[in-house]
Amino acid sequence: MSQQPVELILVRHLASRLAVPVFVIDPAGDLVYFNEPAEALLGRRYEEMWVMPFAEWTTAFVPSAAGRPLAPEELPLVVALRQSVPAHGRLEIVSGDGQRRNIEVTAFPIIAPGSQSRGAVAMFWESADR
Amino acid sequence: MRITFHGTRGSIATPGPETARYGGDTSCISVSGDDPTHLLVLDAGTGIRRLGITMGQQVQRIDLLLSHLHLDHIVGLGFFAPLFREDLVVTITAPPSSTSLLDRLGRYLSPPLFPVRLRDVACDLRLQDAQEYPVAYGEFTISAAAIIHPDNAVGYRIESHGQAMVYLPDHEPALSPAFPALRAWTSGADIAEAADLLVHDAQYAPDEYPAHLGWGHSSVLQAAAFADLVGARALALFHHDPAHDDGTVDRLAMQARAVSDRLEVFAATQGASVTLGER
Repeated sequence: MSQQPVELILVRHLASRLAVPVFVIDPAGDLVYFNEPAEALLGRRYEEMWVMPFAEWTTAFVPSAAGRPLAPEELPLVVALRQSVPAHGRLEIVSGDGQRRNIEVTAFPIIAPGSQSRGAVAMFWESADR
Repeated sequence: MRITFHGTRGSIATPGPETARYGGDTSCISVSGDDPTHLLVLDAGTGIRRLGITMGQQVQRIDLLLSHLHLDHIVGLGFFAPLFREDLVVTITAPPSSTSLLDRLGRYLSPPLFPVRLRDVACDLRLQDAQEYPVAYGEFTISAAAIIHPDNAVGYRIESHGQAMVYLPDHEPALSPAFPALRAWTSGADIAEAADLLVHDAQYAPDEYPAHLGWGHSSVLQAAAFADLVGARALALFHHDPAHDDGTVDRLAMQARAVSDRLEVFAATQGASVTLGER
């Protein structure tokens, strides 16, 4: 497996130190890293050398907003990657333990010098009061 | 490919009897090949001054590759005599940035920090960004890659006649939580792959590293682990800490040699040369 860009390595370093769930995707949209708090949210362990393809992670958690299913391109993390802009959203997901959860997501693109896209990162906050 | 170390010290020049053997000048290496009119120079620390006054007059073209613009890697630039030769073409390559290279270098090479501006040098001076894809520089093929070090640094891979020399003078791969277990998540792994000679940051003793986490440098054991991970053939420990005297560098090199049986490890010595393809 070829080396990840240094920007993703540094984002992973930061994410591994945070107490909020973090997803990191590569330029192709594949999920290449999520941290321990995200494991709890997803009910899945992150395994080294394991990549979750775009088509899988964008649908695995049955995302919806106000009762309406969300298409992959509506997810903040996908917006951040494909449009190279920050994105924020409130949505519902079904986590790995089968629980329906309300979450807020803030995502931003990772752009290296020379305007090269290295992927995108999203942080999640669970909003239990809604 | 002949590689000569003109400065091996990190952070600040440290001349004196304690550093006489490994040298006190900061980062500078020259790389020469079959063409005597062409010279590659890696970084412009204080070691570049002596290179400039000792290199042959036959050199007509210099490609100066800057790993980054921290002062210990550019402080010798204003004292590099070839910049003031009208018959020379000098191309400076550096990590890309949103600020032009002229403006970035000009912060140092302008009053009140320095009396001469880059625009005042006599040579045919050209400035350009380092590229990730392989670029031909005469007989050499050179590629660059961003690596973990504060303020935008790159490493360089120089290939010629089937030999590869890789230069990562300031590098902290251990900042990745997966180091050294996972190559895919290790900074610098691709560009250093199977290098015949890896020149790598080895600033700290193992017990000094924890107090300098995030400063952008490596311990000697981390340098050796990195070299082993990427399958390098030989490792030159580089960027010696200013506080380390020659005896300390000797001891640290011994520690690094214990990491891998198949890896040749030596501490880079100012004035010494290595020829790839004849070793």
